[in-house]
Amino acid sequence: MTIQFNKETFRDDYSFKNSDWAIERFPFPFHEDSYMYAVNMEQHRGGPEGSVYEKRFDVDEHYVSEMADRAMVLADDPLRCQSLPHMTLAGWDLLELIMVSKSEDYPDLFELHRDGDTWRWINKPMGIDDTFTFMDETTLPYGPMEYITRQTQGDFCVLDQREDNLWMDAGMVTTQADWSLDFDIGMNFFEWHAPVPLAHEKGIFKRALKFLLNIQQGAPARRLNWTMTVNPLLDTSPENYHKWGIQKTTLTPENIGAKQHLRVELQSFFRLPRSNALVFPIRCYLIAFQDIVKSPKWGRRLHRVIRDLPVELATYKGFIDNRPMMLDYLSAFDDGLPTSPGVFPDNATEPPLQK
Amino acid sequence: MSKFQFPESIKSRPVYGTLEPRPGKYHLMIADAEGAEAILDIAAADPSIMAKTHIIYIPRGTDFGAKLRALNPAQYYEGPSYAASVTRIQRVLQDAHMGTQVYLTGTEGLMGQAQNECMQAGIPHTAIQTEHRGSVARRMQCVHCKGITEDVETDPFVCSHCGLNLFVRDHYSRRLAAFQGVCIDAEDPGNVPEAVELYK
Repeated sequence: MTIQFNKETFRDDYSFKNSDWAIERFPFPFHEDSYMYAVNMEQHRGGPEGSVYEKRFDVDEHYVSEMADRAMVLADDPLRCQSLPHMTLAGWDLLELIMVSKSEDYPDLFELHRDGDTWRWINKPMGIDDTFTFMDETTLPYGPMEYITRQTQGDFCVLDQREDNLWMDAGMVTTQADWSLDFDIGMNFFEWHAPVPLAHEKGIFKRALKFLLNIQQGAPARRLNWTMTVNPLLDTSPENYHKWGIQKTTLTPENIGAKQHLRVELQSFFRLPRSNALVFPIRCYLIAFQDIVKSPKWGRRLHRVIRDLPVELATYKGFIDNRPMMLDYLSAFDDGLPTSPGVFPDNATEPPLQK
Repeated sequence: MSKFQFPESIKSRPVYGTLEPRPGKYHLMIADAEGAEAILDIAAADPSIMAKTHIIYIPRGTDFGAKLRALNPAQYYEGPSYAASVTRIQRVLQDAHMGTQVYLTGTEGLMGQAQNECMQAGIPHTAIQTEHRGSVARRMQCVHCKGITEDVETDPFVCSHCGLNLFVRDHYSRRLAAFQGVCIDAEDPGNVPEAVELYK
């Protein structure tokens, strides 16, 4: 299909909106009626046709506007994109992975023509047609990681692997769930996850690290993570928290359906061939509560998950104060009927709301 | 009491030990304030290492200088501040060969910054001994303006650069040698709890 790219904003007037297509394919993160941290990894080798899992790097209707938002974030704060000196090779690996994947997966949107080290990259949605020399930084307007991640949705952490650990040594981070690349760069896997409650005690990070250290070339993995965001704000950074934090207090029973968004991260993990680094794309999808509850199953389930979530998690995810209002809203969409297993909405087979 | 037992915390927060003499060709000891006492202890444990020791000391108003000098280290330097001493530390690290032992002691800010210099000189942080002595004040980075406020003794505190009211996190960056400070009243401007002394 040909994607119609939205012209929309993720700040100020917040004109961001999901089409019916985007709502239907939204990566709803709850496979059952409750939630607790888990490693929850699976292979990232495609998925149902049209789903966000199908391609290696999903491109959707928000692509062009998201890239414009990223450019604004970087203009305000260049520290959102950093690469320690030993990570340049991994940046070239990443550029190659994305260019090859996108040109194969979306041939109508992206083209890559390689003649030895002379590469021509065409990005039609963004109007880019560049010819450069692979592995020669002087032939690109930015470093290789920055160049390609200015053209790819999602945040990117590039992790060096040494001493049986992963090190956050490079990244492009402008759509983050309230963590700072500038602060965390150079940290190991346990250190940058240090502020997460409960998961260390459950051994989640030890198991996750063991899994990630063993990811092989050509065998990427993926998992989902989630949080809550008031207004479709991509840049929920700690750097700007003193500016956006106040928006959390603007919810009312009248506007919550439109303003409160479920924020889902499709995290994937690819081994890079030359550097042996691991790239960790964190793709953010936003959906308003009023669009989630259009699927009866999702409405029922979201109410139950939010209602039963441990206080520590609701606090860490930053919505403990708004939880009562969320539950008032969501309870109207929970009639107590059972839900089918799995994340998909099953709109054709799930019963309509009985109240 | 100059030795403080920090409560258990999150995994990015540094953990300090007790300095012990290790075999080495050259010993570099960097300390501030009450860190002098840890150096006196290590010298008492093995007086022989002093002939191969360079002490870099920042008294910060204490008067341990004469006692340290009396240990007869191979080199002794007393600096008025860390900032004044850092170029000397960098120069000394340029000549640090295999077999150099590094000992850092005193405040967290001193140890963190000196450790950072050592890491930049190629010494893994895990090979550097540290021992906390003296003040529990912290070196804090404001996550908003990126400014560093030294010797923060209360939570919350006011960023010395941008003036925001920040709460003190245990999340720590070795690269910045600083803990993270985050705006405490972003969701309720003006509602700033009374500042409480750290660990009180």
